[in-house]
Formats: sequence, structure tokens, C-alpha cells
Amino acid sequence: MHGRPRRPAKPEDEAAASAKAAKLRDLQAQVLQNHHSRTYTKVAIGLSFKLLEINPEAYTAWNYRKLAFQHNIKELSDPEAIRSAVDDELRVVEVALRQNPKSYGAWYHRKWLLNQKLAPVDSKREFGLLDKLLKVDARNFHGWNYRRFLARFMGVPDEEELKYTMDKISDNFSNYSAWHNRSILLSNLLIQQSKVFFTFTDPSDQSGWFYHLWLLAQTSTPDNPQLIASWPCNGAKLSSSLVKEKVEQSILSSIWCHSLKERTVPIVLYFNEPVKGLNQSSVKLKSDLEFGKDICWRALSVTDSGYSNCWATYLQIANECSSSQQYSVDMSIPCSDDIVSRSGSTYNCPVHLTFTIELISDEAQDIDLFDKPVSWNRSESFQPHEILESMPFDLLKITSALVEEDSNWHFERLSEEIDLFRELPDDNSKFVKLTLARLLLACAAIKSRGRSLIERKRYCEEAMGYLSDLIRLDPSHKRYYEDERSLVLMDKLTCDMETFVKHCSVKVEPNLVPLNHVQLCSLSLTRIGFAERLIWVQVLDLSHNSLRSVEGLEALQQLVSLNISNNQISSFTALEPLTKIISLKVLDLSFNEIGAHSIDTTRYICSSPFSHKVEACEAFEECRKKSINVEEYWDAILFFASLKLAQLDIKGNAVASKVDFRTLVTMLIPSLKWLNGECAN
Amino acid sequence: MAELAADQHVRYIVTVEKKKDSFESLVMEHIRLNGAYWGLTTLDLLHKLHAVDAAEVVDWIMSCYHPESGGFGGNVGHDPHVLYTLSAVQVLCLFDRLDVLDIDKVADYVAGLQNEDGSFSGDIWGEVDTRFSYIALCTLSLLHRLHKINMQKAVDFVVSCKNLDGGFGAMPGGESHAGQIFCCVGALAITGSLHHIDRDLLGWWLCERQCKDGGLNGRPEKLADVCYSWWVLSSLIMIDRVHWIDKEKLAKFILNCQDKENGGISDRPDNAVDIYHTYFGVAGLSLMEYPGVKPMDPAYALPLDVVNRIFLRK
Repeated sequence: MHGRPRRPAKPEDEAAASAKAAKLRDLQAQVLQNHHSRTYTKVAIGLSFKLLEINPEAYTAWNYRKLAFQHNIKELSDPEAIRSAVDDELRVVEVALRQNPKSYGAWYHRKWLLNQKLAPVDSKREFGLLDKLLKVDARNFHGWNYRRFLARFMGVPDEEELKYTMDKISDNFSNYSAWHNRSILLSNLLIQQSKVFFTFTDPSDQSGWFYHLWLLAQTSTPDNPQLIASWPCNGAKLSSSLVKEKVEQSILSSIWCHSLKERTVPIVLYFNEPVKGLNQSSVKLKSDLEFGKDICWRALSVTDSGYSNCWATYLQIANECSSSQQYSVDMSIPCSDDIVSRSGSTYNCPVHLTFTIELISDEAQDIDLFDKPVSWNRSESFQPHEILESMPFDLLKITSALVEEDSNWHFERLSEEIDLFRELPDDNSKFVKLTLARLLLACAAIKSRGRSLIERKRYCEEAMGYLSDLIRLDPSHKRYYEDERSLVLMDKLTCDMETFVKHCSVKVEPNLVPLNHVQLCSLSLTRIGFAERLIWVQVLDLSHNSLRSVEGLEALQQLVSLNISNNQISSFTALEPLTKIISLKVLDLSFNEIGAHSIDTTRYICSSPFSHKVEACEAFEECRKKSINVEEYWDAILFFASLKLAQLDIKGNAVASKVDFRTLVTMLIPSLKWLNGECAN
Repeated sequence: MAELAADQHVRYIVTVEKKKDSFESLVMEHIRLNGAYWGLTTLDLLHKLHAVDAAEVVDWIMSCYHPESGGFGGNVGHDPHVLYTLSAVQVLCLFDRLDVLDIDKVADYVAGLQNEDGSFSGDIWGEVDTRFSYIALCTLSLLHRLHKINMQKAVDFVVSCKNLDGGFGAMPGGESHAGQIFCCVGALAITGSLHHIDRDLLGWWLCERQCKDGGLNGRPEKLADVCYSWWVLSSLIMIDRVHWIDKEKLAKFILNCQDKENGGISDRPDNAVDIYHTYFGVAGLSLMEYPGVKPMDPAYALPLDVVNRIFLRK
């Protein structure tokens, strides 16, 4: 019931209604009876018409009419008679649509009839009907769907339909349905629109804005996938030593290989968009080292779509060695038809990287790495790094190799757009501000492909200003703008060394080599962006932000310690990206919201039995044996069963105080030594 | 803020069930099985499923079953269609009574409606719509019979209905609409294929459905309506973007649409109530963790404990 006012029925209405009801009840009963007895006489068919006239949604009556039509048409051979039978049905549909222009059953009956191809279609009648209906309700999507069906059915060229669509837009600018149809037709026509931008009649109207966003996306993304970061970076020197002779403590280390016993070196490649097809022939590795196993690339994403921004492989070094020796590894990615983006574009920016691995005699002592819990004391030890030269990542060199010539054209277009929007009179319109922010960020993205980092920062800062305005202007969508702002802030903090280095230091723990440490605390971050700039980080402190998600961190294959305490993580499923980090040993989750919410917003983002990405699992069985409630704890079970932590802090979360929780954690993580600062066993 | 008139809603649902002879009930007669799903799920969300006689409901549901085809009609004597088959399966799940079904027969009915291009017809007459893709996938998943169809093709068809605004339509080229988006996002969620969605783009389109009055609409420049509290919210939850709307304002809008005296919820404040909007209003509140209402699963449109039981109980 839509749009009917709530009021008590008057007695005279009630009498009329009950008479109407009696008539309808009779009709329904008779039509069903005729349907079941397969009675297709004129009288019987007439009754179904009467029913559909009152209630076009009575689907069984439409089915009955189709059966009756099929039954009776067999007797007819005269084309005129057939045409008139078809005509009768078309009329029934028209009458039904008058009663309810959104009747699924009526619209489908018409399509079904046309598809029988028994009589020539009167295109004037069909388009005339649509004109009438769309005049009454220009947004009737049944009507638009039927129009697209007809155009295809009758072979109307897209150009002609585009003209009709434009006519509808000039009738009424805020006709979202027409804008939608335009986007469909244009992508059919593959028109590269360069003169697409229009003048706005009403800046608060939504119809044009979504269309504009689509055009912007067409302009600001490069056509082919590009490699934007790697670990190790070009020229890196890795050492396999666990406890290296005292490295100068102020120098960031690029040399720590986490898994010495197995002598594993991870290689991580990060692309600007999800790609698939990394394998031994698309990524060529050359080295004097002997690798134990076949090199196998793994997509580092939570989805198992086969596509990912981030790919990793783990080199197993098989060489025996008694004294230290250096080996170089050459990696090249030539143009490749194997590496393909979702849109089907292939990789065509060849890259060549070289790094060295130093193997040191490893009769090293067996050290208990976590004999004491690692502390996250923020104030005492953090010394921002000062020596720029030794930054252990080389992001910028990779990207500069990939500057795109034709991005200049896009850049000019975007700049013109920005000027145009700045001149729009209504500067308190949220759409104007949001569009400006997006245009500026598109400019910033293009700038990253060059070396104009100062300009990039300027764009970021201006965009952040607009987003802050929007938070005030449109508080209902506050958290959308906060999420956007968080990404821009991450960009701004990490896009050039001078700023980034203020957040970098070296963490020194007894018995450990110095670890590359990045601290991004108390910045009001709500989500993580630009993870490709963090792939070398070993200790990451993100505490005291407002993070709801850790998506992106799966790329950090060097990460040993992570602090995300005092954030807004609300479920274990939201932490699934961390299960991809095989080096992770220390995790601080304390003071989040895990277990405090009945609705889990990442239930379908993560792998679960509900989405058929995980079926029966061993850990579930094990828990059932110990009478742990799997229906209640399935998410915790899946999470902890895939971690190899030595230290976990989880106090200050609702889930931590539940019965069985401690048992569950210690059972699922046998390697755990410290739980909430206490010995786990 | 206004409060949820839970007792009145329960009373309303139980009495509507008995008023079969009004004109309104007769117009809806052919979708009574949908009505049963809306009413009974609402009762369960309000912890009152025991207010009805389970055995009686199950008997009536089975009287809508067509043993020759394996499908359910919307009411006794009506033709089978996937729309009602899903409702029947969902209601049986509520009562934990899937045992009354010939599960393979029902699953074969649904699976048999898949077309060459991966889409699904609603019944033998061949109407194709992404609603039916969702219904088929949801039904088969609840019956643990997804292997009976070509899942990849089913997913590909849904993806082919994606639009440039990030949303989905009823068929390739169809305009984005929140109800249709729920179906497509739900279909992709159930099949573990949400990576086909640009979550930021779709999330923004969906969160822009919130109108000044706090309610949600189904398409740009339309009026808010309580039913979109379900379609939009569940989609936003499945893609993890529900924090982009103002939940407090939406809850207020829904509560303002209650008939606090006689029970029931309407599409907009002061309009006539019906069972459909009563369900969508309560389900919307459930998705916003409203106190006293059971949590709901956003993809299967059933209470969370029911879905967890189906997929996790040994």
C-alpha cells in the first residue's frame, strides 16, 4: 500500500468495500477454476480480463491468458484473425497498465506477446503508449526497460534513442532515468566524450551528478595497469642474518628477513589496479641463488577473485653456505598479455629491478625472540628519522619511470573543470564542493605519476578543506566525508619523504634486529589508504585513531608487530586482511568494539560459510569437541586459526570477557606466549 | 524519541492474518505466501514467533506446493513461481522445518529455471529479472544445493546488470533501483562475489538515498519510503558502508510511521499501514541494532540465529 492516508473507514465506505470485495472474491474463484479445468471459452477469458482490470497483479490470471491464447491461436490461420487476437491481448495489457503502470505481470505479458512474433508490431502504437506513460511518470523504470526492449526488438539505432533521451532531459533536467539511459547508450556507442560537461541548472539536484562522476572516472584512470611499488625495491640489500652486528640505530633497516630458519624472502609487487596473471613467465626472476620450490605468485586480497592490486611470492633459498656471500636477484616484468586488469587491459610498462641478498653463516644461536612481551610505549622511544638517503623504499623511482605522456591532456581537462566549478555561484552546495574535492584528487592522482609532489600535496590540502566543509554542511553523511578525508590524509602524510620521515623511526628491542617502525597515531584516521607506500614497514603503530577497517594492510608482508588499539574495529571478520600477513607476531587489538555489535558489517566481505568461501573447517570440528559454541564464535575461530602470533592484546573489547574466550584463543594459537600482558599458558 | 510499539505490531500481524475477506486482503490474495514470510519474520524478530501455531502454518504452506513441478504458488490454487518458493523455504527455515520438503525436488525446480546466459526465469513463462537470480541463489543456498546450477554464469549475469553509477538494474541496461540493488548485492554476497562491486561508488549512491526527513528513497529525486530501510540498509551492510548514513534520523523516520494505537507501520508518516511495511520497518530497526529486536542477516533476509543455525550446525 503506497501513499494511502491512514484513517478509519466510514460506514458507507465499508459497505461499498465489502460489495467490491464480494465481486472480486467471485471473480478470483471463477478464474482459478477455469484455469484448473482448462476452460478457454470466450466467456471464461472475459472473466480473466475483468479480474485483471481490477487487479493487474493477479499473476495466475496472466498465465491463464497465455495458455488460453496459445490454445485458441492454434485454430486460427487467417492473418487478420491472428492479428486481431494479438490485438485483444495488447488491449488487455493497456487496460491493466492504466490501473497499475508498474505491474510486472502486465509489462511482461506484452513482451511475451511481441516475442511470439505472430503479427507485425505497430511501432507507432508501442512508442505512442510509452510516450503517454512516460509523460505521466518520466521515471517509470518499467517503461524505460520496455523502451530499451522495443528499441532492440525493432532495431532502432542507438543514435536515435540518444536523441529521445536528450529530449527527455531538456524537458526536465532532473530526470535520472534519462541520464541513466544516456550513459548506457553512450557506452554502447563507445563515444569518447570530450565535450561532456554541462551547465547546471540546479546544483542541489542529484540527477546529473552521478553521471558526472562516471565521466570523471573515465578521465582520471590510466588505460593500462602499472606497477607502483615493490619490496624489495630496486637496489635494496637484504641480509639473512637474524641478529646482525649492531646496525647503526638511527638508520632505517631494509634488511630484516623474518623467517630465517626457512630462509624465506618475500617479494611483493603492488599495482595501481587489481590485475591477474602473475606467474613464472610474466615475472622473470634471474639469480645465482638456488630456490627451493617453484616460484608461485599469490594474490594478497581477501576476495578470491583472482585479481588483486598486490601480489607476493616467497623465495625459498636452498643454498648451503658457511661464510657470508652476496647474491643478486634480477627481476623483470616485460610487456605481458598474461597480466590483465579487470577491464581487460594488458600490462605494457616494462620494469626491471635488481636487489642483493647476503647470506650469512647461520649457526646462529637459538634465541627466544619473545621471552618478554613487546611494549608499545609511545612517548619514550620514538625518534623521528632524519637521514633521508637511507629510506628503505623506492616508490618514487618506480613511479617516475611510468610517467604517462597523455596524462597532460587529462590534466588540462580537469583543470578547466575545476575553474568552471569554482565559478559556480552557489558555493554552499554540497555537490559542488564534493565534485571540486574529487576533481582535485583526480589531479593529485595524475601528479603522482610525475614528480610534482609539492603540487600533489597542495591538491590534497585543498581537497581536505572541502571535505571538512562538507562534514559541517551535510552532517548526515559525515562519516562518508571522514572516510574520504582519511584517505587524503594518508596520501598527504606519505607522498613525500620530508613529511613521511617524521613518522618513521627504528624500533630497537633486545634480541631483535632494529625494525623499521612507522607511527601514525592519533590522526583521526578512519581507513587506510596508499598501503603500497608502507610495504617495507615491520612495526606499525596505528593506535588512537578511528579505524573501522584494516583493509590494505594485507600488502605489508614484512609486518611483525601491529598496534591498532583504541580504534573502532567492531568484528573479527573486519580483521581478515591480517590473516594474510604470515610474518605477524605481535598484535594489539585492545580497546576496540569487537563483540559489542549484533550486526557485523563485514560478514559478507570476509570468507565465511554463508558466502560459500569457507565450508566445513577443521578448527570448527576441534572447537565442537571442546564444546565451544561454533554458531557464536565462528568468526573468532576462523580468525585465530589462521594466525601464528606470539603476543596478543585484546582487553577492552566486549568479546574478551565472554566465557570460553581465553580457552578458544590459546587453543587456536598454540604459538601464543603472551595474552593481555600475561603468560598465555 | 518515539519508541517501538512492539506489542501492538504483534497484535496487528496476528489479526491481519485472520482478516481474509477485506478488499485489501483479496487484492493481495495471490501473494499470501509472501505475506506469511513478512508477518512471521517480523514476529520472530520481535521474539514472538510462538504466537502462531507452527504446525498449522507448515500445513498451509505445504498446501501451496506443486508436487509435479517442485515449486510453490502464492496461495492455494495459484501457479508456482520462484517468488513464492523462496518465501516458503524461508518460513520453513524460521520454524526449522525444512524436513517437510523434498529438498532435491524443490532445488531442481529452481535450478531448472536457469537460462543459457546464467539468468533465471521466474517461472515457465520466461520473465527474466535479477530479482529471480537472487531468489534462486538464496533458495538453493538455504537448501545446500548451489551445486545444481552454473554459479559462474549466474554471477556473470548479475554483473552484466551493473550500471555506471555502481548500482544494478532488473536486466542489462536497466536503471539502478535500491530494491534491485539489494537483489544483486545479495546474490553476489551469497556466492562470495562481492569483489565485482565498487563499494565506495555504490556506497555513496546508496547513502545519498537518505532524504532530509531521515528516511531512505529507492532512486534519486524520489520520496522516502519505509521499505527502503531494508533494501538500502541491507545493501550498505553487505558492502560495509552502512556508517555513511545517519542511523538515528532513519530510526526516527521509521518510528514515526508506526500506528501506535492499532499497530503496523506504513510507507510514510500518517499513511495506512500494511504487513509489508511493518516487516521492512522492523527489519530496518533490526539492522540498526535497535534494542529488543533480534539481529537480521542482510543477505538471506532471515534472523541471524536462523542463518547461523543453517550453515553452522552440525
